[in-house]
Amino acid sequence: MILSQFIFVPLLAAFLIVLFARKKENIAAVIALAACAWILIVSFIAFFKLPAHGGMILNNTSGWSIPYTISLVLDNLSAFMLIVVNLVAFLSAFYAIQYINHFTGKWNFFALFMLMLTGMNGVILTGDFFNLYVFMEISLISAYALVAFGTESEELEASFKYATMGAITSTMILFGIGILYSYTSTLTMADVGLQLRNVGTPKLLFLVYGLFIAGFGLKTALVPFHAWLPDAHPSAPAPISAMLSGVLIKTLGVYALVRIFFNVFGAPTVVLQILMLLGTLSIVIGGFLSVVQWDFKRLLGFSSISQIGYVVIGFALGTPLGILGGLLHLFYHAIFKSLLFLDSGAVEYATDTRDLRQLGGLSKEMKVTSATTMVGTLSISGIPPFNGFFSKLIIIIACISAGQIVVGIIAALVSIVTLAYFLKVQKHAFFGKKGSAKVLEKVPFAMKTAMIILAALCLISSAIMIPSIRKQYLNPIVDTVMGKTSYIDKVEPYLDKGGVK
Amino acid sequence: MQNNFPNEGMSVIVKTITRFTVWLIFLYGLYIVLHGHLSPGGGFAGGVIIALSYVHLTLAYGKNFVLARVDKFAMNSLESIAAILFVLTGIVGLYVVGNFLANFMGIGKLYTLISAGYIPMLNIFICVKVGMGLYLVFYYLASFKPQEG
Repeated sequence: MILSQFIFVPLLAAFLIVLFARKKENIAAVIALAACAWILIVSFIAFFKLPAHGGMILNNTSGWSIPYTISLVLDNLSAFMLIVVNLVAFLSAFYAIQYINHFTGKWNFFALFMLMLTGMNGVILTGDFFNLYVFMEISLISAYALVAFGTESEELEASFKYATMGAITSTMILFGIGILYSYTSTLTMADVGLQLRNVGTPKLLFLVYGLFIAGFGLKTALVPFHAWLPDAHPSAPAPISAMLSGVLIKTLGVYALVRIFFNVFGAPTVVLQILMLLGTLSIVIGGFLSVVQWDFKRLLGFSSISQIGYVVIGFALGTPLGILGGLLHLFYHAIFKSLLFLDSGAVEYATDTRDLRQLGGLSKEMKVTSATTMVGTLSISGIPPFNGFFSKLIIIIACISAGQIVVGIIAALVSIVTLAYFLKVQKHAFFGKKGSAKVLEKVPFAMKTAMIILAALCLISSAIMIPSIRKQYLNPIVDTVMGKTSYIDKVEPYLDKGGVK
Repeated sequence: MQNNFPNEGMSVIVKTITRFTVWLIFLYGLYIVLHGHLSPGGGFAGGVIIALSYVHLTLAYGKNFVLARVDKFAMNSLESIAAILFVLTGIVGLYVVGNFLANFMGIGKLYTLISAGYIPMLNIFICVKVGMGLYLVFYYLASFKPQEG
């Protein structure tokens, strides 16, 4: 079991693509797809082999021991996140093989894609604060470049906006890490937690909390840090939109927040309350802003803000049921939102527009796209037996049982709003009167296959809710998050306390 | 060196002075890289200095003068090759020692040039990667022409 291959396989793939695929562009897709398939398989192996290793695998890089080196830590939460990320990455890469023919510079696209994946896998696996920052920047900088990939003025503007806001908040995170480092003299997450355990909660920590909430909050696109998302996500090519909305905001945002605030700081109440508030605001504002959008992808972007709010309130409740709901919604949203973005890409590929006012009556000409969008719509709106129903139900029940009745009611009501704006998509794009946009091109095989697989996953992934499966695979993850600083106890035996050898 | 583009770049004074200084800058960059494990500096800093010597040459003589001597494609390839070699060094460490990027070479005698295991080698890879990368960034930004209108 080698954790570093999650990082070096896509990294190597990225540079191999740059080296070999510049002249023969088809090699790029082959290398990228092979790398994605490899790490997808390894992430499944890692997930199923983890219980045999006692729920924690720790690899030190460069042969030293922590805290003098960077460690890669695989526990239940990171193994789960790896599957989510690499599953969506593989399907997006598969979709991109033919989709990207509409652009020039195929090899650029796949090289940046692989770098983004490297960064995300790194963020998930790392056990080191500064390393987290570095990997976050790797994936963000590739994301900025990918958002601007079409090089239209609108896309460049979106990318610039994203880059500026991202850079400011990354600096905030770096500042927060610097404060922690100056206070504890260590960068290893578990060691920081261990040092803080002995001193209680110094006032300095509240500054760090604030910096991290703003920093990772922007990466999560929580209201009021959401302004970049509705520009950036629609501007990117569809497979990248699927990656950004499906997994990037969850990896750099939600996962980092959970890992740091739950596992290192022990879930301080004040932070949970702030996240609860921001999550609720995101649900409401994201939901209502989606209703008025006419751009298909922009609507999906606002919808992401709303849905990420559900994930965040799930975690912010701090109860096992809430965390279960948050985790499930994180996984399910990754599936159906990437499906919907891929669908919007297929519509744009075929008709050359994504303005809902020009579309209409596509259900007869684009049967696969229409059917998979319907599955996505039903899932995101929470119609049983599709997966979104279960996660939303659990979050709402968790809200009410934790005494947050108002939040629960808001979550339930906005769920209806979600249905409303997706019915708008259905009516204006696939049913209703035929619009002015014509189907110019057929959706190719690879794109269709990726969409069908994701649509099938929308149904199949509901099976996680079967009690025996849930008990075996999901409960350990919930325990990892709920165990709070038990993460530190698990890493502590690996810590070298004897000074430099 | 014969200059096929005498009308590009800056004045004769700048060109003459550049002829003396550019080697010094390049040599200083190499020194920083090769002594990275002994004194402050290393692959990144040295790579930046080496890239700056090219930038210096480009500013004084114009970009065609430099491009007639170094190939852009080769620079691009070298950059990727250096990155791949770095990752491969890490993988060798993984299979020889058991940890990614672990040292698999003898550490030698302290304060001598050939010491510190694989660190000088990694410094050279980083130097090539950073040097080529930075120069290419400079080159592409310099040759960017905004569209009219």
